[in-house]
Parts: sequence; structure tokens; C-alpha cells
Amino acid sequence: MTQLERQQWDVVVVGAGGAGLRAAIEAREQGARTAVICKSLFGKAHTVMAEGGIAASMGNVNSGDNWQVHFRDTMRGGKFLNQWRMAELHAREAPDRVWELETWGALFDRTADGRISQRNFGGHEYPRLAHVGDRTGLELIRTLQQKIVSLQQDDKREFGDYEARLKVFQECTVTRVLKEDDRVSGAFCYERESGRFFVLEAPAVVLATGGIGKSFKVTSNSWEYTGDGHALALLAGAPLLNMEFVQFHPTGMVWPPSVKGILVTESVRGDGGVLRNSDGKRFMFDYVPDVFKEKYAESEEEGDRWYEDPDHNRRPPELLPRDEVARAINSEVKAGRGSPHGGVFLDVSTRMPAEVIRRRLPSMHHQFKELADVDITVEPMEVGPTCHYVMGGIAVESDTAAARGVPGLFAAGEVAGGMHGSNRLGGNSLSDLLVFGRRAGLHAAEYASALAGARPAVDEAQVDLAAAEALRPFSAEPQEGAAPENPYTLHQELQQAMNDLVGIIRRDAEMRQALEKLAELRVRARRAGVEGHRQFNPGWHLALDLRNMLLVSECVARAALERTESRGGHTREDWPAMDRSWRRANLLCRLADPTEGLAATDPVRGQIRLVREETEPIRADLLALFEKEELVKYLAEEELYE
Amino acid sequence: MTTYDASFRVWRGDTGGGALEDFKVEVNEGEVVLDIIHRLQATQVPDLAVRWNCKAGKCGSCSAEINGRPRLMCMTRMSVFSHEETITVTPLRAFPVVRDLVTDVSFNYQKAREVPAFVPPKGVAAGEYRMQQVDVERSQEFRKCIECFLCQDTCHVVRDHEENKGAFAGPRFLMRIAELDMHPLDAADETGLDRKRTAQDEHGLGYCNITKCCTEVCPEHIKITDNALIPLKERAVDRKYDPLVWLGNKIGRRSGS
Repeated sequence: MTQLERQQWDVVVVGAGGAGLRAAIEAREQGARTAVICKSLFGKAHTVMAEGGIAASMGNVNSGDNWQVHFRDTMRGGKFLNQWRMAELHAREAPDRVWELETWGALFDRTADGRISQRNFGGHEYPRLAHVGDRTGLELIRTLQQKIVSLQQDDKREFGDYEARLKVFQECTVTRVLKEDDRVSGAFCYERESGRFFVLEAPAVVLATGGIGKSFKVTSNSWEYTGDGHALALLAGAPLLNMEFVQFHPTGMVWPPSVKGILVTESVRGDGGVLRNSDGKRFMFDYVPDVFKEKYAESEEEGDRWYEDPDHNRRPPELLPRDEVARAINSEVKAGRGSPHGGVFLDVSTRMPAEVIRRRLPSMHHQFKELADVDITVEPMEVGPTCHYVMGGIAVESDTAAARGVPGLFAAGEVAGGMHGSNRLGGNSLSDLLVFGRRAGLHAAEYASALAGARPAVDEAQVDLAAAEALRPFSAEPQEGAAPENPYTLHQELQQAMNDLVGIIRRDAEMRQALEKLAELRVRARRAGVEGHRQFNPGWHLALDLRNMLLVSECVARAALERTESRGGHTREDWPAMDRSWRRANLLCRLADPTEGLAATDPVRGQIRLVREETEPIRADLLALFEKEELVKYLAEEELYE
Repeated sequence: MTTYDASFRVWRGDTGGGALEDFKVEVNEGEVVLDIIHRLQATQVPDLAVRWNCKAGKCGSCSAEINGRPRLMCMTRMSVFSHEETITVTPLRAFPVVRDLVTDVSFNYQKAREVPAFVPPKGVAAGEYRMQQVDVERSQEFRKCIECFLCQDTCHVVRDHEENKGAFAGPRFLMRIAELDMHPLDAADETGLDRKRTAQDEHGLGYCNITKCCTEVCPEHIKITDNALIPLKERAVDRKYDPLVWLGNKIGRRSGS
């Protein structure tokens, strides 16, 4: 039996971004003793990078907005592949979640009558995003962080201990979810600072670990985004849903190389910025797909009038959903009409006065000035697509956020799948974090409390295995004369392969090649070795994260190869059209390999097994929110007659 | 693209001590100091400890001292140094070293807990909050803070005076008090909490002698001294010595809407 520290909690939340913190607040307020565990310092999670805003149909700027309109926009953005019940709950509950933040001290930008201001964004029919300049994510994380501190202050008053009922384990990593039979019993963790192992015993674990972007070379994501929660769920026996859908944000920085991929917020376009190619042409007018033809302006004049008079004009096509804009930019660059560094031009300098730009887009102004020596008030930015978000994720029950098939496991935020269908609208992520973070915390607390004295026990054999697995990189031995592999090199090769072979435009042969490469990397990753000791050793941490990135990358490649159509964040050159018969098809990824990642280096078999599943039909009253003519474009024949 | 080899001196060590180590490392056009630290990790010292996250100046994780000056490594471009210059990177001096460039910043989390939270106004339901943009802007400036703790590191009250840490919250958390004090709807005084007075009496505002070092290092360009600390001091002084001002503020406070 491995000697290590053990603590007992009711709910363990893995991840301290928006979803994790909201889940923790809810679980604690429900009375559960709650632990949050996160890889970075408290308050540094990737949520801070969200810029544009939180989508919620409060109707503060245009009173025509309501949850039904938001629901419709979300389904359209996701090309109707969304788990419709999640999209419904999200649209209904988002306003309450935003208002609640104000009662915790958040300070959003205001309308003239003193309410929360809302801004336009791609795919949203009305101005809908509550925001604070272009640093909304920071406001969100800080508000939740400060709410947690305030709950800890309550506990200090009541029990003399800040951490009596809510504790944040910062700079710690979970490597395994522990189970007794099929139920969750806890989490195996290490402290990054000391390398010390410990076990949190808990009947309910909420995964809120965010995304997978660090498996791609050009990404807006931070180092933490290594698909940890996706992998923990797979290894615990839960399926992942529709992993082929990866969002490439249309506007990332392209120059200089060291900042390539860093996000340029969609607010730039929402507030009036336009995209031009090297001929100076606003090319987006050439890329409005049929399903959106009636909703977007046909001329620059109409598009420009819309900012002032949205009721009598249609929106400019720069505000199409992200997948459409990203593909258009990709095509322009490919056709030789790109900017000097392989992007296109995004311009606000000719669209609004310098002082307005500095006020409305302060972070962007700062970011370009400091990192690229570009003053966006006098010259255009160069931008191109960057891996930004994964729509796929852990398959969950819509109402409870419970992972399918593993009692006690919950998931919320980017790590959960389904809510956004094949493509997420900007602004729907922060609202998703709040709505489903709260739901996950609520149901995890209820689940833990219902178990009362009959909690699953931690299996010592699993603890020993987890410890051995985590220590393996220190004893990597040369095999057949080969030296230990450098984890940084393996990571770079993985990122290059995913970027080139399973990127924004996909082809059958390339994805097969990607699977071969992943198989090779899996073999080499077994020999990943590290130098030094266990105290704050980034090489070791990366070696452990590689397991997760390889698992998740295989899910993306395998599902992308299987889906023979183009939809949202999945574009196939060999299957360029959306196929209505695929709308109801969900692809589930499960761990195929009972040895949990130690065998199966064969590219054909791999570690992942795909299962195809048909979704529930959309509820009739929700379908009735759309015109029949629109539904025909998305739904299969038989669905229309049901 | 211009590429050259730069000379770096990086502090390596742990709680038991350490020393500066010299490296030659490749630099490419457009790179920042954090890129170079990452290249050292990937090619020469895989276990070099460093904190970082967003690499875009938004999370405040990669704070260190570059040539003795507290800075974010991700926002320090290599182009500000000459090719011949040796660039020295050391951990934040005001906090205990954990390993290499990583320091124990728990002091800041302790201080954060000691500042009483926002108090929501009674009788105003969620969704009914009304505030004017001009009124929220003062506190919004302070909420731009990314908690990089460079101001905490540079402040001379604690930089070389460990003994002051107990009594002094530091610029970041005095600014947090100012933020709450200027929040249009904070109802702390209705619960008997006078934020201005506690800034002076409990969080060590009096130690600050407005040398503006904190403002100088702030990567968000927040005017910490002018807009947060000085107004807080003035109010504290008002309250301490002028009962009429105190009474006037008490009676004249806007409530609710």
C-alpha cells in the first residue's frame, strides 16, 4: 500500500476556470464540503483570456431578445447538431447567471439607463454579450474567485478556518479518477511544487478542465489545455462525444511567429472591424452560405447601415459564425490573396476614431502594440485561423451534467460535449460555464449527499498503479538501444501532426497518416524520460500530460475520419457538403484498450473505439420556433414528418 | 528573419540556495523573454522551473525580474535588448523561492482573504442593479488587475522588509479596498464596516509613502498610486480628523438605485 496523504471531501472539482469555480460555489452553497484542484495558481485559468463577453438574452439593448431567439441562434450556429436540451437550458438560464455575478461584485459596462450593456457578436441576432471592454473573462474569473474567498471568510467566522468547507488546491494535477466498481471514489493527484502524491477521497468528481488546444501547433490556448478531463473521463470508462468538432477561431495573430495563434477578439468585428484581402476587397460577401443567405447583408452599404439601424438592415457577413469566417480566410490565403505573413487584414483603423478603439478594444490595442509593434488605430491587423475550442467532449446528461455511465462523475464547460453542436457561437462559452458549472455543482452535491454513509471506498491497487504510472518517466530506460525520448520533442511533433493532418481542412489520406503518426508517438511516449527530481519539474509534468494529449488527439482523428460530411468545425475537402443524414448521428469515443494505454500501438486498432449513435428527436415545441423552410435545410426527411 | 545567439544568466536553485547560470541560446525575430526560457527548457535544461499560462499578458503568471526589473516575461520583447547584452532573469525578490524562477506567492492569497468581500445592497434583487458607466469606471480600472504581483514585489515596504509583511497588504490589496470603496453599490458601511478606516488601521495604508514604484511596474498601466492609494489616504485622513466629513458622508450616501 502506497503511503500518502489522504483527505475526505464531498465533492472534488477538477479545474478552476469559470465552470469549475461556479460548480464549487454551488456545491459549497448546497452544503457539500468542496475541494477545487487546479494546475495553475488560483485565478490564472484560461477563462481569463475570454475577451468578447457572456451571451445572455437580457434584452437590455434590444428588447426583442429572449431565450427563444438565443436558442435559435445557438442551434443554427451548431448546425443543429447541438444536444437541444442543453441549448434550451443554456438560453433560459444565462440571464440569471449573469445577474447573479453582479450580486457578487462584478462590474459590467453599462447602458445609458444604467443596466448591463450588451454587444453584437457573430451569429447572434441581437446585441447579447454582457462585457467589460475586451477583458470579460478576467472579470468573470475574478468575480468567481472573490466569491469563493467570501465563502471562505464566512467559514473563518463560523469555524475559525478559511478552508473548513471550501479549499483550493492550487498547482496540483489529477492523473486518475479512482473508482470502486463503476462508481467514483476519488482522485489521485500530485502537487506540482513538491512532486508529492496525495489522494482526495470523494464520491463525486466534477471535471471542468477546459479544452485540448495544446495538441495543435497554432492555438490560442494556454499550456493547461492538454485535454486532461477528456482523458480522465475516458480512462474512467465514460465516453466522449463528437470529438471531430474543433473550432478554429478565424482571427488569431499571425506575426511575429512567437505569438502566432494568440486570439484577436471577435469584438473587433462586432464593433465594426472588417476583413479585407490583399486587393483591399471585403471578401466575406463572397462567402455567405445558402443556409444564411437571408440573414446577411448583400452590399457593404447595407452592412454598414446595420450598426446604426439593425431593424431595417441585415448584418455584415464578417459576423457569420466562426466556422464560416475561418474557412473563408483559409480560402483567400490559399488563392494567393493573403497578407504578407499568410493571413488577411482585419481593420478598425478606417472604421472608427482612435479614441473609440482605445476605449472599446483596450486589450487588443495593447496586445498589438506590445507584441507586434502595430498600432491598430492607424493600420490594419494581420490575422488568420487558430485552434481555439473543442465542441466535442464528455457525453453528459443534459439536465444534471452527469457523465454517462460513471455514477459520481460530472462534467461542465469546454470539457463537456453537446451544448454547442458542431460549432460554438462567440459568447456562448462564458454563459455555458456559468449555466452548466452551476448545474454540475448542484447535482454533484445532491449525489454525494444522497449516498450518505454508503460511499465507495478507494481501491488501494488503483492508487499503487496510479503512483507507478506517474513515476514512470523517471525510470525510462533505453529500449533496443534507443535513448529516452525528450517530452518536449514528442509534444512538438504531436502539435505539428495534428495541425497539418487533422487541422482546419481535412482529407481522408491525411487523417490516416495522422493515426499512423499517433501510433508511433505512443510507442515513443512510453520511453519519455525526464531529468532532475520531482520538485516543480516542467519536463516531468509534460511527460504526464502527453498521455492525455495522445488519447484525445486519437479521438479527434478517428471521429473526423469517420464523419464523411462537412459541418461546423469539421471540414472535409473530400466531403465538402453538409449531409442531412449525418445530423442525427453522434460519434462516441470509448477507451478500447483494457490495459489503459499501455498496449495497442497498432494504428488500425489504437486505443479508441468509435460507436455511432442516433440522437433524440428535437422536442416539438422547440422545433416550432423555426420556420419550416429553414428546417428543411438541416433536418433529414424522416425528422420533418415525425 | 534575423536569428542570433543571446547570452542569458538565469537563477537556478531552490529553498536551499542557488546561483546564476550562464546560457547561450538562439533568439528569433519577434520573440519575447518567455520564448527564450521555453527554448532553454526544450533544448538545454528540461527541468527549469517557470510559471506561465496565457503568454499574452492577460493572466499575470510569468512574473520575474529581468535585469533587476520586475516584469512579465511574456510581454518583454527581446528587441529591447542589444545582441551583445547579457540578459539576467531572476525570481521575484520579495517572495521566497520555490525553485528556479518560481516563488511562493502565498503571501498575496493570504492578504486577499483579509479584505472583506463585496457587500450586496439590501432590497435590490439580482437583475435590478442600476449603475452609470461613469460611476463604475473608477473601480473598473482597478479590476483590470491581472494579479501578476509585480507591484507587491517592487513595493519597498516589503521588498527588503520581511517584518512589514504582517501589517501591510501591499498595493494590490489596498487597491482592492479602494475598488470596493468606490463600487457604486457596495453596502459595507451598512454592516458597520468602514473600508477607508480599515485600510489605515488594519491593512497598513500608512506604510505607503507614495513613491509610485507600484504604478511604474504595472503591466496593465493602472494608476495604482494616483487613483487608488492617494484617494484612499485622503479619505482616511478626512475620516480620522474631521468628524463633520465623516457625518456628511454617512448621511449623504446614495442607497439602492
